[in-house]
Amino acid sequence: MIRLEPRLTRPKWLAFAVPIGSIIAAMILGALLIMVSGNDALATYGRIGERAFGDVVAWTDTIIAATPLLLTGLAAAAAFRMGLFNIGGEGQFVMGAVAAAWTGLALGPLGGWVAIPVMVLSGIAAGSIWAAIPGFFKTKFGTNEVITTLMFNYIAASFASFLIFGSESFVRELEGSGKVFPQGKVISDDVIWPAFGGGGFSVPLGFILGCIAAMALWLLYRQTRFGFEIGVVSDSPEAARYAGINVPRTGLAVMTISGGLAGLGGASNIGDIRHMLDPKGLNQSGYGYTGIVVAALARWNPIAVIPVSILLGGLANAGRSLQGEDFPAGLVGTLQGLLLFCAVSGEFLTRYRVRVAARRAKVEVKAA
Amino acid sequence: MAVSMRGITKRFAGGVVANDGVDLDVAPGEVHALLGENGAGKSTLSNVLTGLYRQDEGTVSLFGKPVSFSSPKDAIAAGVAMVHQHFRLVTKFTVAENFLLGSGGSFDAKNAAERITALGKEYGLEVDPNANVWELSVGEQQRVEILKALDRRAKILILDEPTAVLTPQEADALFATMRRMTEDGRSVIFISHKLHEVMKVSDRVTTLRDGRTVGTVVTKDVTSADLARQMVGRSVVFNEDDIEDRPEVDPSRLVLDVLGLSAVGVRPQSSPKSVDLQVKAGEIVAICGVSGNGQRELAASIYGLLKRTSGTVKVNGVESKQKGPRESTALGLAFIPEDRLKTGLSASLPIKSNLALKGYRFAPMSSGPFLKHKVIKANAEEKVKRYGIKCPGIDTPTRVLSGGNVQKVLLAREIGANPHILIASTPTRGLDVGAIETVRSLLMEAARNGTGVLLITEDLDEAMALAHRLVVMFEGRIAGEFHRGDFNIEKIGLLMGGHSGEDGAA
Repeated sequence: MIRLEPRLTRPKWLAFAVPIGSIIAAMILGALLIMVSGNDALATYGRIGERAFGDVVAWTDTIIAATPLLLTGLAAAAAFRMGLFNIGGEGQFVMGAVAAAWTGLALGPLGGWVAIPVMVLSGIAAGSIWAAIPGFFKTKFGTNEVITTLMFNYIAASFASFLIFGSESFVRELEGSGKVFPQGKVISDDVIWPAFGGGGFSVPLGFILGCIAAMALWLLYRQTRFGFEIGVVSDSPEAARYAGINVPRTGLAVMTISGGLAGLGGASNIGDIRHMLDPKGLNQSGYGYTGIVVAALARWNPIAVIPVSILLGGLANAGRSLQGEDFPAGLVGTLQGLLLFCAVSGEFLTRYRVRVAARRAKVEVKAA
Repeated sequence: MAVSMRGITKRFAGGVVANDGVDLDVAPGEVHALLGENGAGKSTLSNVLTGLYRQDEGTVSLFGKPVSFSSPKDAIAAGVAMVHQHFRLVTKFTVAENFLLGSGGSFDAKNAAERITALGKEYGLEVDPNANVWELSVGEQQRVEILKALDRRAKILILDEPTAVLTPQEADALFATMRRMTEDGRSVIFISHKLHEVMKVSDRVTTLRDGRTVGTVVTKDVTSADLARQMVGRSVVFNEDDIEDRPEVDPSRLVLDVLGLSAVGVRPQSSPKSVDLQVKAGEIVAICGVSGNGQRELAASIYGLLKRTSGTVKVNGVESKQKGPRESTALGLAFIPEDRLKTGLSASLPIKSNLALKGYRFAPMSSGPFLKHKVIKANAEEKVKRYGIKCPGIDTPTRVLSGGNVQKVLLAREIGANPHILIASTPTRGLDVGAIETVRSLLMEAARNGTGVLLITEDLDEAMALAHRLVVMFEGRIAGEFHRGDFNIEKIGLLMGGHSGEDGAA
């Protein structure tokens, strides 16, 4: 008989065993699926590995693919760690992109030194506001943030589509090919975000900002009074109130931080990668949702989000470049799903211990 | 034997053995006390007997026949009923409607009402069958539970700490009912850790300790000191009436001055109404009352967790502006809430964080926005040592500690801040005898150091042992006040029951 027993304490090694175990389990399950689809699992994984991490070009593409995941992953980690289920990384990301596209286009003539910082800040601000609204409703009226943040994703997506497809907005290209196909206006070369590196390898500004944000977040949670308060509120709101901590304000602050990180991701999508607002592309990428997978695998640890985002970025990068007849379609999405599934199962195992015990013989005697 | 349990062993997750080869024999027509500290295995044993748990080893027989219950329903059918500490009543329903719930019979409220009246008369358990349960006092609700058991023809009735919520008079009435039931040949299993009640009402006593049977004795052959020794496994000083070294009251320093305090409670009876209350330095003032008479709300509104609708609170002469717990803490007010692991402490956080729960905002535990982990750690190590907190380490989640050690963490933080006034809400409830001694001596020590202590308790023995002054609360008002030397348990009990005393005599 297999029994599950709650663990009183969690051993430290589990912090590493769970993510690594989840990845291995997901790969095994994925291998089974690849074999069922009639392909060679080892060869497929080999090609993924090569395309993701094989050389400097692969690494550069992987880091680019990892950048949005790093930021949405941090957004999810920041909120989930406090027990706030911000599913709205997607919408906050889109709003950040809208804001950065707008400010980038508007301030382009002033040059990069002015425009780029404003793009960064406006992206953060837009994401923050987009998260703070559901956060406000939660603290004020007790609405469920899972539902409100999710609904806000649809509003954001529709808003971005409206800007490009439904109106002659400032961020839409109205000249040239834009007359035929609705598309976003491209920002000027001056305000494209710089990338850093050399020898063919480069890292976008967004990724660097993300790494700084990860460290700042870790510091905030671990080393500050505010982080201590977040810890108390997430464990026991009642004890927090008893200690005089303002529970609603803390929750709202965390939502704002979370949204800001996702918004920065959106700004980086404009500044680093797409250089224009692309609602369809954003919609297809689902960065906000993948960010939740990243954060779950990183067990809500902001520093761990960095390597996990690179891993999933590599997977996405390889999947994109390997698309074709001999590569199972949808494999990357399936692997991502399996990873989340395994990470969540693994998380469960950190809380419970599996016991295997022999079933005892039962002697039934009827009640008198 | 009415009940014969042999070698009952029950193991729980995590290797906890709650019952380890426990034997229990209950004769027909006896009140059999089941005595033991919290965690001794009393509840587990009774849950096995009522079919809620299934034993891993051992046998249960009723009237000589072996039985095996797979659910409480089987147990009820076999004539075993239990009155739990927390009543299983639907408060929005009337007494009669509650009777019909789960009885499986026809839905005939009138018939049920008649049965209630008849049974009530016979056993001295009169309640109005048409009253809504929420309108009844706790004592009356308990009667409903007992009547339900009698109605289902229970031959064996288990009462789990039934006096915890009663005034002394109500408890006496309950004892009379228990006697009346055993006259009919029923067996009553009386679970308690209150020695004087066990001595008063039981025929025989089985004592459990650490999940094992210590022994079964005939009550009239033993003294309460014998039972205490059996229960704890060592000698315990019980007569605290003459505590040496009682704290000295400093009459010149008023550390808590509450005037005309009113607040809104969960029910009208529990709203404090123009409460005046003074505590001097070094003084221990006990607030007694049946739970739900506004004590909880009074403490919360002094501390700042509940808004006061009127009145003033001064701590050591400084008026509180009702800005909440942080202000109160800064004024020198410490508070031990009754839900220690839910309110007073953040259960899953490590011990060191809980010991810093109030100090983290100030130097030396933090500087600017940053925490100083070293200081927090050192503080925890010092407190663990000084207060003898038994724990695997200061990084251990607080919830894994035993009840006594949990309370020590809370006391270490609150008393360690050297407050002017300490409000302690039922600080010993649910603790074992050893931990109770520790908590009480810590309260006394705080008072000796000049802290005023406001002790809210339902345990009259505790109040009378510790307090300089005893204040009775009833329905949100101060119903009376007694000074040490004038403590009169009869009068106190009457006031706790709302002057009349009818409840107790019924």
